[in-house]
Amino acid sequence: MFAQQLVNGVLLGATYALFALGFTLMFGVLRVINLTYGFYFSAGAFIALFLTRQAGFGIWAALPVAAMGAGAVAVALDWLLLSRLRRVNAPELSSLMVTLGGVLALYSAATSILGPDIRRLPPDLVASDAFVLAGLRVTTAQLLILLATAVMVGALMALMRGTRLGLAIRAMAEKPDAAGLMGIDTGRLAALVSFISGCLAGAGGVLIGLNFNAIHPYMGEAMMLRGFVVIIVGGLGDIRGALIAGLLLGVIEVFTAGYVASGLKEAVAFAILVVVLWTRPSGLFGRAVVRRA
Amino acid sequence: MIIPPWLDDFLWTYQNLIHALGINGLLALSMYVVLAVGQLSLGQAAFMGLGAYSSALMTLKLKLPFFMVLPASCVVPVLFALAIGVPTLRLSGVYLAIATIGLGEVLRAVYLNVDYFGGALGLSGIPERAETWMIYGLLFAAVAILWLVGRSGVGRAMEAMREDETAAGVMGVNVGRYRMGALLASAVLAGLAGALGAHVSSFIGPNEYGFEPAVTILSYALLGGIGTPLAPVLGAWILTLLPELLRGFSDLRLVFNGVIIVLAVLFLPNGLLSWRMKRRGA
Repeated sequence: MFAQQLVNGVLLGATYALFALGFTLMFGVLRVINLTYGFYFSAGAFIALFLTRQAGFGIWAALPVAAMGAGAVAVALDWLLLSRLRRVNAPELSSLMVTLGGVLALYSAATSILGPDIRRLPPDLVASDAFVLAGLRVTTAQLLILLATAVMVGALMALMRGTRLGLAIRAMAEKPDAAGLMGIDTGRLAALVSFISGCLAGAGGVLIGLNFNAIHPYMGEAMMLRGFVVIIVGGLGDIRGALIAGLLLGVIEVFTAGYVASGLKEAVAFAILVVVLWTRPSGLFGRAVVRRA
Repeated sequence: MIIPPWLDDFLWTYQNLIHALGINGLLALSMYVVLAVGQLSLGQAAFMGLGAYSSALMTLKLKLPFFMVLPASCVVPVLFALAIGVPTLRLSGVYLAIATIGLGEVLRAVYLNVDYFGGALGLSGIPERAETWMIYGLLFAAVAILWLVGRSGVGRAMEAMREDETAAGVMGVNVGRYRMGALLASAVLAGLAGALGAHVSSFIGPNEYGFEPAVTILSYALLGGIGTPLAPVLGAWILTLLPELLRGFSDLRLVFNGVIIVLAVLFLPNGLLSWRMKRRGA
């Protein structure tokens, strides 16, 4: 029972980490709390829904296409809402407000077009049988999530630490003006970072839609609370921190639901957020005023 | 006082709208006080919900009279504002914004899942004890107080903080104390609005205090601008009346509110009513 809960918690936490990764990347590089991020998550899930239901895609084809679709949405929204403010160096609260207004408009427009009902991916999309290993039960969907998270985190780490592009992104995270003077096209790089973040969110939307088998326009909004907890506990802009904090949050939520009351799991997540803000505001792994990407 | 019959009819027909205008005005002011010190709190709907739920429970379970319930409805929102404000207000502005959005989401989940709060059905059968004159009396008092505060040295300090916090701090403005004061005032106003709303509509539910109302309240303040306390109230009135006038578009009300915020931030940084308060020279 305990071990099974732990496994479930880690698998749930992997989805939280996947979701929060793009969010924290966006903050780390573009220095914006972009609240439209939750919408990319919904967008990814709906694109996958369309591809699998209408266009007959399998999950392996639908996942990357939906992720890139969400990435394109992210680039478009970033250009529409934030590129102006970035050019004039607007205060960070203005960009937060713009994305807040934008996301309300997007969610309510999506709800009035698509309807508020919960939709489901085709039932035969992934095999429904579960693997049993040493008494622990893991479904195919959960394995898929773990695999996809590991691949994407690995790819992101490799990109950030091992390539010139990653170096440019880190330079921009450190000091956008200086990066511009060094010949980095910061406008294009911002679009690219938006795209990567959007892909991560979109992939998260597909995988979580698959795991819980429920897709609706506001699903990204429900996820944002977890996103906030993960990026603050992990430290704003800290990718490794987000990964660990995501796994931690998943485990804590599963244990709260299993041993305390399932209605309180959001409250526990929020209590963690407040306690971390009281005690370690730069995140569990952060040092004061050190910026990371 | 004799009310002519046509006026009586009018008031009866549009009673709900008249209440909504007053309550939304109070909410817009609760947003205004935070924006006026250069902070962004999205907890107004959450504070309103706390005021509404705590006051409704005081009326329904403890059978307290309304004159005690109304002031007491501020207590819970203020406690939550302290719990969130103390750790976040010493950090950069994004932390308060994030924590307050989170607060709204969490409280919604708690109201939904805890039976004591009525779950998805909410609390119903709340006696309609708030009168129109109470709502408008409080609204008038709030505008008057905020106007006087705005004209005083405190208002000058608040404006200085909004323009340049470092400079204001160097000039001797106790930045932390003003931020906290603004957040607490905002919690009080939203709590009162919540209690009044609960006691005019007889029903409250978890979805009335979630993300959408939180953003809508921000759109009131941004449409009006924060030059004077009257501006956000007018913003609230415009955005409350508009869906009534354009009934066919009421589905798009939230889309419109969202677009207002985007346009206001990008193109109208001072709001629609951008005149500022006059102050005597110091």
